[in-house]
Amino acid sequence: MTSLLYDAPGPLARLRNVLYTVAFLALAAGVLWWVLAMMADKGQLEADKWLPFVEDSRVWTTYFLPGLVNTLKAAALAMVIALPLGAVLGVARLSDHAWVRGVAGTVVEFFRAIPVLLLMFFANTGYAMWTDIDREVRPLYAVVTGLVLYNASVLAEVVRAGILSLPHGQTDAAKAIGMRKSQVLAFVLLPQAVTAMLPAIVSQLVVIVKDTALGGVLLGFSELLRSAGLISANYGNTIPAYLVCAVLFVALNFLLTTVANRLESRLRRGKRSGGAVVGTERLEELDEAGPDRPVTKAGGGRVRGT
Amino acid sequence: MFDFLDLERYDLVGAFWVTVQLTVFSGIGALVWGTVLASMRVSPVPVMRAFGAAYVNVVRNTPLTLIIVFCSLGLHQTLGVALMGGRDFDTINFRLAILGLAAYTASFVCEAIRSGINTVPVGQAEAARALGLSFTQVLRLIVLPQAFRSVVAPLANVLIALTKNTTVAAAIGVGEAALLMKDMIENESDAVLLVFGTFALVFILLTLPTGLLLGRVGKRVAVKR
Repeated sequence: MTSLLYDAPGPLARLRNVLYTVAFLALAAGVLWWVLAMMADKGQLEADKWLPFVEDSRVWTTYFLPGLVNTLKAAALAMVIALPLGAVLGVARLSDHAWVRGVAGTVVEFFRAIPVLLLMFFANTGYAMWTDIDREVRPLYAVVTGLVLYNASVLAEVVRAGILSLPHGQTDAAKAIGMRKSQVLAFVLLPQAVTAMLPAIVSQLVVIVKDTALGGVLLGFSELLRSAGLISANYGNTIPAYLVCAVLFVALNFLLTTVANRLESRLRRGKRSGGAVVGTERLEELDEAGPDRPVTKAGGGRVRGT
Repeated sequence: MFDFLDLERYDLVGAFWVTVQLTVFSGIGALVWGTVLASMRVSPVPVMRAFGAAYVNVVRNTPLTLIIVFCSLGLHQTLGVALMGGRDFDTINFRLAILGLAAYTASFVCEAIRSGINTVPVGQAEAARALGLSFTQVLRLIVLPQAFRSVVAPLANVLIALTKNTTVAAAIGVGEAALLMKDMIENESDAVLLVFGTFALVFILLTLPTGLLLGRVGKRVAVKR
């Protein structure tokens, strides 16, 4: 890998790097040993705290898997409802009518500025008071409501940015062949914007999955994190239970990100061979340029030239 | 109409003061730790790069709620970490919440700073190296100052997200705004909408000026290229 910040190491620098590596590893090993010693001291390393995860199938069938299903259910529901709502709000923010823009803008800015937890609390109490939704499913409703309101407004901004990132010639050309405003949007702008939006939409899906955990602890929604709490109460293994739960969450979110990246590169390849111009590279470079792929002025110019 | 706002009974100002304190302290912690992580991620030592990348990817994909609950149940109640908070339950939980928030937010700060490092033209670092500056000098004197100036606006977004995320501290019983709202919304059932509106308004008042102010600062300090 060539980096901009340091030269290819010579003999001296290589020696120094080895020294730094050893020092860093020693530090890391020290911290790890300290943590493990503390855990051993409190009996968290004993085999019977960890064995239930491989030996006792009830850990999975009674706690983790139902919790995972609930997490996925809430996340999927929230995404499925928030996406169209966000698209409508995002398009409304680009409307030609000032009052539509104003209303959509106010709604979006309001729900974006409020912690999603407050929305969940409010929804939970609101459902209890004004509707006859069953106690059992009320936490699910509250969690999904909170997530939908917040994420729809975030997605609205994503949709707006996606549409605005398209070259203006697309709208001009569509109008020139006589399309109506709604047709321009439905057949020209939105399909292209979706490609540009995909990374942002998926990172939002990760945010949704993470936020379902709020409902578990604070509203009693029986999702993955709550199931870890139940396991730790039943088996007396707080640290193992939460660590395994964290691994599950991280694995789930990694999976989502990976699938999305694949999808994105495939969509983009398809678009490129078709010869269409999509302003995705710009969004992408702004968002996730790695250290080995610098965004420089020259790089920006190259993109604009496509 | 505003009967529900019984300030004697509900310490609204105190709760939001806790929210602000959580934001400020964990914001400072996240900024320091995030800068260290970003430096690791661009350093010439492969082990440090790997650690930085692993930390960011794992922590970004973990729910903040899990981190904060783990700080309380795992670190404090199981392992006995008290962060010098003595035996006072509130102080300990407050500090644990700051620890969790800072550890979580640092991964986002790191990514913001790293994207800022990428906006610094190659020639800057090349010129610095040509002058014979070492890696730490290049980073400290040339690259990071320019990077910070270009990421004020993204960091403002991280700060706003952090302000909203402090509500998660309610999960371990820190007496901040969300916990008070939960309390009020249950007791003042005839003014639910007003209670929610009040809290929403204060949060908007906390986050909106931050974004506007730092957005303006960011435009002013950004290196003109």
